[in-house]
Amino acid sequence: MKTTDTPPADTTGERPPVAKTAPPAAPREKTTGRTLNVFSHGFLILWAFMVAMPLLWAVMTSFKTDKEIFSSPWSLPETLHFDNWSRAWTSANMSDYFLNTIIVVGFSLLGTMLLGSMAAYVLARFEFPGNRFIYFLFIGGMSFPIILALVPLFYVMQNLSLLNTLPGLILVYIGYSLPFTVFFMTSFFRTLPTSVAEAAFVDGASHTRTFFQVMLPMAKPGLISITIFNFLGQWNQYLLPTVLNTEPENKVLTQGLVQLAVSQGYKGDWSGLFAGLVMAMLPVLAAYIVFQRQVVQGLTAGALK
Amino acid sequence: MQHGKYRFIVGFLTAPLAIYGLFVIWPFIQSIYYSFTDWSGLSPEFKMVGFKNYTRLWDDEVFWKSLQHSVMLVVLLPLVTLTMALFFAFMLNVGGRRRKNAAIAGVRGSAFYKVVYFFPQVLSIAIVALLFQFAYNPNSGAINSFLKAIGLDSVQPDWLGDPDLALWCIFAVLVWCTVGFFVVLFSAGMASIPKDYYEAALLDGASRITTFFKITLPLLWDTVQSGWAYVGILALGAESFAVVQIMTVGPGGPDYSTTVLPLYVYQKAFRDGQAAYATTIGVALLFVTLLFVAVVMKLGRRERLEY
Repeated sequence: MKTTDTPPADTTGERPPVAKTAPPAAPREKTTGRTLNVFSHGFLILWAFMVAMPLLWAVMTSFKTDKEIFSSPWSLPETLHFDNWSRAWTSANMSDYFLNTIIVVGFSLLGTMLLGSMAAYVLARFEFPGNRFIYFLFIGGMSFPIILALVPLFYVMQNLSLLNTLPGLILVYIGYSLPFTVFFMTSFFRTLPTSVAEAAFVDGASHTRTFFQVMLPMAKPGLISITIFNFLGQWNQYLLPTVLNTEPENKVLTQGLVQLAVSQGYKGDWSGLFAGLVMAMLPVLAAYIVFQRQVVQGLTAGALK
Repeated sequence: MQHGKYRFIVGFLTAPLAIYGLFVIWPFIQSIYYSFTDWSGLSPEFKMVGFKNYTRLWDDEVFWKSLQHSVMLVVLLPLVTLTMALFFAFMLNVGGRRRKNAAIAGVRGSAFYKVVYFFPQVLSIAIVALLFQFAYNPNSGAINSFLKAIGLDSVQPDWLGDPDLALWCIFAVLVWCTVGFFVVLFSAGMASIPKDYYEAALLDGASRITTFFKITLPLLWDTVQSGWAYVGILALGAESFAVVQIMTVGPGGPDYSTTVLPLYVYQKAFRDGQAAYATTIGVALLFVTLLFVAVVMKLGRRERLEY
C-alpha cells in the first residue's frame, strides 16, 4: 500500500518519450481533462455548500431575535444578540448538560481505554484455553442491534439501583465501547514486537509492570486513534442516555438539547435553542479542525481493518 | 513468560468481562428469553407463553410497516451513500487539471473539500436531527423560505408532515451525515493506488470512466464492502432511531409513515409497557441485521486483488 512513493520516480523518467510517440492523443486528453476539471469542481462545490450551509445557517440564526427567525429566516441578523447565548448557558441549563457530559465521557473514556487495552493485551499475547471464545464474544457485540439489549438492560440497571445515575451510565458506555476497542487494540498489540516485553520480563518486571511501563507506551499511536473514536462516539451518544438516564438533572448534552427543543417549542424561545445547539456543535467542530488528521485516522482506522 | 501467567490473565480479564457480560451479553440473552413470555416490564411477574408474541407479530400492521421502512433504508442508504462517496472521491483524486508528467491529478483544494465534507461525522446525530427539523419546518424553515426566495412560492411542501415525503426527508438527513466519512475513506484508498496503472490505461485509450470501473473500483472493493456493512448497520440501528424519534411527529408519523424497527422496539417497551413484545420485535431486528450482513458478505465476495 505504501508503494506510491516509488513509482512516480520511474514514470516521470518514462513518460516524456511515450507522450512523443503518441502525439494525437495528447491534445484531446488535455481538453477532456479541462472539462472534467470544471465538471468535478462544480459537483464538489455543490456538495460542500450543502454540507456547510445548514451549519452556517444555525450559527447565523443563533444571533437573531425570535421575530427575525420567523419573518426572514435567511437574512443576516440586524444586531448580534449575544444574550441568546448567555440565556441558553444559564437559564436553559446548557452549563449543567455540558458538565454532565464531561463527567460521563471523561470517566467512561478512561475506563474504556484501560479495561479495553488490558483485555486486548491478554487476548493478543497469551495463549490459554478459551482465548478465541472470549475474543469472539467481545467482537460479536459489534454487529448486534443495541436496542434489543436495552429493554432487559433497563431492568438490570433498575435492580442494581444504577438507573438514572451517572456512574450507571459510565459503566454502560464502557460496556458498549469494549467490542470495537478490544477488536482494534488486539490487532494492534499483535503488531508490536515481542522482544522488548520479553526483555523486560527477564529483567524481573512482573506481567502487570511490563504491560503498564513497556507495552502501553509502545501502543500509543493505536491508543490515540481509538481514544478519539470512542470520545466522539460517547460524546455524541443519544440512544443509551435516552433510555437509561431520564432524571432531569443528570441529562447529557444530546438529550438535554432534544428536551430543550420540546420545552422551548412551547415557550417560543427559538433563538435560545439555536444558541444552545450551536454551543453544543462548536466544541467538537473546533476540536476536529485542530486535530483533523488524528480524528480522520481514528475514525477510519476501524473501517479499513 | 510462564511465571504467574494465569493469575495475570485472570486479573486482567475479570473486570472487562464482568462489565461486558453484565451490561451487554446478559441483556442480549435475556431479551431472547423474554420474547417467549408475557412480561409487561412494569411488574416482576410473568409467565411463558410460547410463540404467542411471534404470532402477534405476524398480524401486526405497524410491525410490517416498520420492517418495510427499515428494509428500504438498509437497501437504499448504502447504495446512495456509497455511490455518491465514490463519485466525489474519484473527482477529488482524478478530476484535476492535467499537470506536467502526470496523467491524472487530484483537484485543487481537495484537502479543503475533505475537511468540510467530514463535518457532519463529528456532530451528534441528535444535533443533526434537531437542525434539520428546523430546516424542514413548513412555515418558517430554511428550505421553504429558500424556495420562496427564488420565486417558488407555490412549492411549499409540508416536508415532515406529508406521509409521502416524510421518510424521504429522513433518508436525506442520513445521507447528508454519512457521505463525507466515506469520501475521506475512499479518497485515502484511491490515493494509495499506484498512478502508473492509470497512466497505462489512459495511454491505451481508456476513458476516465473506464479507469474507474476497471481499476479504481476493483482495487477498492474491500473497503467498499466493509463500508456497505457499516452503513447498513447504521440504517438499522441507533442512527435511524435518533433521526426518526427526534424529527418526526408521533414519533414515527405522520400515520406511521416513518416508523422504523428500533423505534418500534423503544415505543413498545418504554411507552406502552409491553417489554416482552418489544424484545420480540428486537429479535426480528436481529434477524434482519444478521441476514443483511450475510448478504453483504456473500454478494461482496470477490477475488482479492493486491498490488
